[in-house]
Amino acid sequence: MSSTVISHSAEHHDSHGHHHQESFISKYIFSGDHKMIAKQFLITGIFMAVFAMILSILFRIQLAWPDKEFPILEVFLGKWAAGGRIAPEFFLSLVTIHGTIMVFFVLTAGLSGTFSNLLIPYQIGARDMASPFMNMLSYWMFFVASVIMIASFFVESGPASAGWTIYPPLSAVPTAIAGSATGMTLWLVSMVLFVASQLIGGINYVSTILNMRTKGMDLWKMPLTIWAFFLTAIVGMLSFPVLVSAVVLLIFDRSFGTSFYLSDLVVQGQILPNEGGSPILFQHLFWFLGHPEVYIVVMPALGLTSEVISTNSRKPIFGYHAMVYSLIGITVLSFIVWGHHMFVTGMNPFLGGVFMITTLIIAVPSAVKAFNYMATLWRGNIRFTPAMMFAIGLVSFFISGGLTGLFLGNAALDINLHDTYFVVAHFHLVMGSASIFGMLCGVYHWYPKMFGRMMNTKLGYLHFWMTFIGAYLVFFPMHFMGIDGVPRRYYAFTEFAFMEKWVSVNMLITWAAIVAGLGQVAFLFNFFYSIFFGERAPQNPWNSNTLEWTTPVEHIHGNWPGEIPTVHRWPYDYSKPGHHEDFIPQSVPFSETMSSNFLHDFEGNEEAERIQTEWDAQNKK
Amino acid sequence: MSFKLNNRFKSISGFVLAIGLFFAVPSFASQDTVVVDTTKATEAVAVDAAATGANVVDSATTAKTEVAASADASTTKVDAAKEEKKIDPQVYKNFIYYVLLFLVICTVVAVIGKVISIYELTNKMNRRHNPLASNTFQASLLFIFLFVFLGGVYYSYSHHGGMAWRDAVTEHGAKIDTMFIITTVITTFVLVITHILLLTFTFIYRMKKNGKAYYLPHNNTIEKIWTIVPAVVLTVLVLFGFFTWRSITNVPEDLQKSALQIEVLGEQFAWSVRYPGADGVIGKRNYKMTTPTNPYGIDFNDKNSWDDIQGSDIVIPVNKSVRFHIVSKDIIHSFYIPDFRVQINAVPGMTNYFQFTPTVTTEEMRERMNDYKYDYVMLCNKICGSGHYNMQKKVVVVTEAEYKEWLATQNKYFTEDLQKEFAAKDAKTPQLKDSVNVTASLN
Repeated sequence: MSSTVISHSAEHHDSHGHHHQESFISKYIFSGDHKMIAKQFLITGIFMAVFAMILSILFRIQLAWPDKEFPILEVFLGKWAAGGRIAPEFFLSLVTIHGTIMVFFVLTAGLSGTFSNLLIPYQIGARDMASPFMNMLSYWMFFVASVIMIASFFVESGPASAGWTIYPPLSAVPTAIAGSATGMTLWLVSMVLFVASQLIGGINYVSTILNMRTKGMDLWKMPLTIWAFFLTAIVGMLSFPVLVSAVVLLIFDRSFGTSFYLSDLVVQGQILPNEGGSPILFQHLFWFLGHPEVYIVVMPALGLTSEVISTNSRKPIFGYHAMVYSLIGITVLSFIVWGHHMFVTGMNPFLGGVFMITTLIIAVPSAVKAFNYMATLWRGNIRFTPAMMFAIGLVSFFISGGLTGLFLGNAALDINLHDTYFVVAHFHLVMGSASIFGMLCGVYHWYPKMFGRMMNTKLGYLHFWMTFIGAYLVFFPMHFMGIDGVPRRYYAFTEFAFMEKWVSVNMLITWAAIVAGLGQVAFLFNFFYSIFFGERAPQNPWNSNTLEWTTPVEHIHGNWPGEIPTVHRWPYDYSKPGHHEDFIPQSVPFSETMSSNFLHDFEGNEEAERIQTEWDAQNKK
Repeated sequence: MSFKLNNRFKSISGFVLAIGLFFAVPSFASQDTVVVDTTKATEAVAVDAAATGANVVDSATTAKTEVAASADASTTKVDAAKEEKKIDPQVYKNFIYYVLLFLVICTVVAVIGKVISIYELTNKMNRRHNPLASNTFQASLLFIFLFVFLGGVYYSYSHHGGMAWRDAVTEHGAKIDTMFIITTVITTFVLVITHILLLTFTFIYRMKKNGKAYYLPHNNTIEKIWTIVPAVVLTVLVLFGFFTWRSITNVPEDLQKSALQIEVLGEQFAWSVRYPGADGVIGKRNYKMTTPTNPYGIDFNDKNSWDDIQGSDIVIPVNKSVRFHIVSKDIIHSFYIPDFRVQINAVPGMTNYFQFTPTVTTEEMRERMNDYKYDYVMLCNKICGSGHYNMQKKVVVVTEAEYKEWLATQNKYFTEDLQKEFAAKDAKTPQLKDSVNVTASLN
């Protein structure tokens, strides 16, 4: 119903030509157009990613050369790097804000925000999102949240520094750590806005997918990207509000003297009046979001790479239904595994055992996805675009990072590995690197759709190899530090005899991080240069099947100039035997591809099957 | 359009290089060391020269700049040490040099890129262009990466693994180690096999002229196999893990009571250890009773606390079950002893327990490690503030006799000062007089 109304208005625009002059503000700033909002999300996300990456390089420098002075740091950081050495509390701020920005602002908003907005209307065949205004609101709340988060670097007491998980009482008591004063308040305000933004976005994604699919686009004809965005939005809608409740209670504890999380505290010799609260409550609430959050981060990446791997292997994605069911499985299971972050917090050990069982079950759908990717590559005709390289990188990271999950999900093994570098290595590979690779894969693949120009492939390859090798050099050795028992978030490894041997490894890691970090300049240059000077893109540069490639290169309001195409087939008809090309777009009806139709394509439509059998009898001897 | 921009880009970069040169000249004479960087720079010159003759002048100057930069880097350290308060202007210069160095590298990369595209263009003109060349090249790189990756994994396992691994020295730790090794074997097997498949598939099935992919949308049999096989393997791991976990955490009540009880209190950024004393019972603690003289907050109204002993380190007897009570004074800390495979958080407002039996004394461990200074250490493993990275307590495992000997040398928490304080308070409340007498008799 709604789609007809919108299509009508689009035709109306069209009949009057290009008279509708939008002002700069309505086109580029307060835009309601899903394509523009996607670009806004992407560019803000890239900015935040670079910011958080610089933070990580700063603390990597401290870890590699704990005794050395870098006077230049004092120039930029002032009192937080007095004498050219990063202060211990500022180090904690760095890791905290690095984590927060990367997990939430880059891999949640930057990834989902960009590609859900760009691809949902395009791939399901809609003129725009269900509510363009909410969409705009979602971006601007995210933007304000980003500004507030970065602003926390400019307050006297410094940014939040209780770790990205902000466990109280550390985050609740400013006397325990300076970052828990104004910096923490800004963090909390920023996160409340951020969650509101995600919620608004999520509602929009879900309602668009459910209500605005074009004719013929039933759920089982949706590309896997859309399935991934859909399920991600559902996970987000169900889990993010819990984070808000956790955060609001923390705000109460901090500002209004309640004791939800606080009890029996003597901080810096001062007996605090709080009684009866439990820090464990916060951890339950936080991880009820926190664990689904890692799937919010990784599922869109898996969706994007499914599409890219299939397109560039020129082969249907292997086990489409299995892929969807494993995504659904991950979605459901992601809500009942949060306790595996709390095995050693003093949670009832029996409960820990139960969480361990659910956690290891979630490895099954994940394994199915990895195997299906490899089966898709098998006997393909693989084209290595930069997007494809990043997709292959994702599969590699997803496997090598996912496998270490078997250690950490096992409560008994977690005793010794909890909160060590093993954990750092695990999640940086499986959700950090994997999903950033998914995001970069998406950027390289859909760049022509976003900007109408192509990115430079050579720089793309350079970027891939520097990042891929860099990421492995950075994160692989960290596993072994964790096995040795080196805790994460340690300012220096100098105080313990058994850690001193790891300083040399830290230097390797830091150099790898710096080189990989500089490698991102290849991407940034490529990205911004190509917006203006890239080669002009053809309409369907990758010979892809999905609907977005049937839209004109030039962005128009309403996406399609005429009627929205009807969908006749699933999105993965690559290299179908009998067809003269190696792809058949979703909008091509079966009547035009008589030579390549299978009987089961018609899903039991007897009339169609009869026509096809007759045609086969005549033409295929 | 793009031609004009290129010119502008060149002029801007030339300008930047000129500025760099301007900074470089005065300090140019002071070069002393750094051979490596010089060679790098000359390499840059060589590449540039090979690419275009016109660039030679530019790159030669950058090479000079760079030499100067590295020379300065070595002099700055001295300067920085001399002058702490003010930031040396040299610091800014060095920074600019590094930026310039990076720009030079970027230029080199750009030049290489141009050379490759010229090569491709000439090939196209000579009709020898293979559109799949770069595709095949990337496929080969991925295939080469496979061997680099496998080699790297092997190196990391043997080198870093050797650095990291020490056998557990507790009873339950041995079980954890067995499980760890089984899990490692399984995961390594999967890691290697999947990477071999992933990266050989990408090489074998790279796009070829007239190549066509095999249309294979699904195959239910094989999908069932690779759902069920991981499920079975995981079930085994889950059961194994579950029972190990239960055996560690679910200690029968009589064993809980018969164990040696020790309380450890975490605070920013230190640990305190409390032994129960002769009665074998740890006295109550009430955080509200924390005073400068009683920083632990021990409730001395509970007579069990009077004989509680303050341990300078955590000293425990070998082959005897020890039950640790972990509490926190301020925020969350984590009681973590890597060698023992022991970890539990210290949470304010509640007591957590971890019971285990050490099997190797510190002396034996030193012999095993061939390091006479080796010590077990308990460290804080939950972010707790600026001193988090140095919140530790030595753990010593000794024989039963040595333990008793050591315990006798340790002080009680209920010091004379505290007793006086307590007596003075009690003098006001006569019904507790007898307790004061007991205090006196304790000494």
